[in-house]
Amino acid sequence: MRFVDEFRSADKAHALAAKIAELCEPGRQYKLMEVCGGHTHTIYKHGLEDYLPEQITLVHGPGCPVCVIPMGRVDDAMALASQPDTIMTSFGDMMRVPGSKGSFFDAKAQGTDIRMVYSPLDSLKVARQNPDKRVVFMAIGMETTTPSTAMTVLRAAAEGLTNFSIFNNHVTIIPAIKAILDSPDLRLDGFIGPGHVSTVIGCRPYEFIARDYGKPVVVAGFEPLDILQSIYMLMVQLSEGRSEVENQYTRVVPWDGNLAALTAINKVMELRPYFEWRGLGFISHSAMRVRPEYAAFDAELLFEVPGVRVADPKACQCGEVLKGVLKPWECKVFGTACTPETPIGTCMVSPEGACAAYYNFGRMNRRRVVEVSIS
Amino acid sequence: MTDGATWVNQALREHEEHTGSAISRPTAPASEREQQVLDRIDRARKRRPKVREERITMSHGSGGKATRTLVEAVFLDAFSNPLLEPLEDAAQLHLNGSRVALTTDSYVVSPLFFPGGDIGDLAVNGTVNDLAVSGATPLYLSAGFILEEGFPVADLVRIVASMEAAARVAGVQVVTGDTKVVQKGKADGCYINTAGIGVVEHEVSLGVVNAQPGDAVIVSGPIGDHGVTIMLARGELDIEADIVSDTAALNGLVADLLSATTGVRALRDATRGGVATILNEVAAAAGVGVLVNEDAIPVRPVVRGASELLGIDPMYVACEGRMVAVVDGGEADRALAALRSHPLGADAAIIGQITADPPGIVLLKTAFGGTRIVDLLVGDPLPRIC
Repeated sequence: MRFVDEFRSADKAHALAAKIAELCEPGRQYKLMEVCGGHTHTIYKHGLEDYLPEQITLVHGPGCPVCVIPMGRVDDAMALASQPDTIMTSFGDMMRVPGSKGSFFDAKAQGTDIRMVYSPLDSLKVARQNPDKRVVFMAIGMETTTPSTAMTVLRAAAEGLTNFSIFNNHVTIIPAIKAILDSPDLRLDGFIGPGHVSTVIGCRPYEFIARDYGKPVVVAGFEPLDILQSIYMLMVQLSEGRSEVENQYTRVVPWDGNLAALTAINKVMELRPYFEWRGLGFISHSAMRVRPEYAAFDAELLFEVPGVRVADPKACQCGEVLKGVLKPWECKVFGTACTPETPIGTCMVSPEGACAAYYNFGRMNRRRVVEVSIS
Repeated sequence: MTDGATWVNQALREHEEHTGSAISRPTAPASEREQQVLDRIDRARKRRPKVREERITMSHGSGGKATRTLVEAVFLDAFSNPLLEPLEDAAQLHLNGSRVALTTDSYVVSPLFFPGGDIGDLAVNGTVNDLAVSGATPLYLSAGFILEEGFPVADLVRIVASMEAAARVAGVQVVTGDTKVVQKGKADGCYINTAGIGVVEHEVSLGVVNAQPGDAVIVSGPIGDHGVTIMLARGELDIEADIVSDTAALNGLVADLLSATTGVRALRDATRGGVATILNEVAAAAGVGVLVNEDAIPVRPVVRGASELLGIDPMYVACEGRMVAVVDGGEADRALAALRSHPLGADAAIIGQITADPPGIVLLKTAFGGTRIVDLLVGDPLPRIC
């Protein structure tokens, strides 16, 4: 398939892998964090780690939008959805995320009207077709999906729709990266920057990482060769003692981002003073809320939400996994109490979550398996 | 206490009981600790499954892990008998000296009419295929209809005509039936149940439990056509593509294969859950590994394209006219030639092999050159956000 197969060439991967291995200093360990859950998914889905020398460890970061939704917000969404005459619309990823009273799928089984949509704009279709119902869109995601939610609100306002609102859970990635950099229990050598987020915000917002923390950042695409090339670019910087922001994903990411998308976000939303990230706790200015001018579309203002903070089960170590301090298999309940069938933590739910990716794709003794697959 | 929290506590309690302090000193090397965790997961997966939900969810009907849990924990537990226990596509009965295969399946597809077929031919072909892959010659079907008040008679006539046509092609007859009508809103137009019987004439005993290291794994054609056709036919995705369902009766293809070689160990038609689910059933039942080469799996470009857009894997997408064959390695070429000489098997391909290690696990050698696991999905594949 064009524009896909070119970025999955095994021959090119072997050549890059050899160059990466050459750049490893003997005796030095390298820890590189892929911030974005989409990268985690690609790494596992294509078995990319088979190409890396043992000296390089990939640490999975907090950029999985579903993984960082705290339980209390899921409960709030459930409370909104279970009001009379209400239809909640949600992305498919969100359907299995557990709140303290079960997931959207469980609520649906009990008669709550929750519908999967592929785009926020599909919610407007639902609203138009059901004028006697209130339609609430469960808005989640980082800067990748925020513009489409903003555009949906603008469209709803232009059409004068009165039965549509959003439950805004959009978060911004930079404060989370800063929280990880400031966390004392983690030593990272560099970052594989989030590609899709950067199509919106550009590469400049990462400059503080290189400048103030001395860590190289390479914004990367989502095909396996993109990621391998980004690792190579990070290794070149490390071997030369540089720390800069570089853009591997130039075919999609403009250095200054997408001004039109940023304008749309800014028109409809503003930063919250603080927001809870699952496992990471409260982070200042890390999420968006609807601006007062668009209050008519803000489900949090229109309807009653409990707004209660719900603590994760004690055994759940999602926070450590999201920060990259623990590998998924190092969590106490991984794979036994917490599985894709009965996820306790969010990292086990989304296909982009580190635990789900490891459980579904990487749950094996890599060395033994590689022997089998070569024989 | 709420539903959600109850099972979390229960899962944690069971976890405590079973694991205790199984994981050794944190000072042990990481690879050793990781192996211990893998072993612990392996043991947990072998425990008897439990349905934790208080209500049926859509995941229970997807053909993946949730379905398997429901079947094993509810149905197998209650009906327990040696004929049911292999959980093959059809039960093998011995009646007055002949071997008879019996199967049943219900059809609830939406939309009822889709490119390449409709619920009618699906209801015939699906049941014929369950008999065929058991090594039986399908003979007779029953047909039960559940109709919603208000359903157009013209649509019913159209469905029944296509059932008749499909039965004629497959060489079976519908010999008994039932009709029920439910109030408007209590069903979605038309549901059909068919049961079928056939005789096993070949001296074969097919079953996924027979798979052995060294066997070859073959698929009879491009995978995922039916599932992608249905997803697009629902019209929710605003994607248009030139694709039709692969619904077809496989009994002719199976007969050709079984006449050509005695090396066939197991056949399965890859319906709900797709080829990935079948391969996992093979690995679990026979206690073997399955190693698949991604480059060798036939997938039409349009199916691959739609799957890439939606973030789903064609390996999990349903087919209605494709089967997976596990064949003695020495007979693989002969089996492949037999399949390819039939129109429904023209694009058949050897996609992998059975290995001794790692038992119970399906491994994929990716086109990119890496290795990963192909596990059962919990429920339906969910489209990803970004």
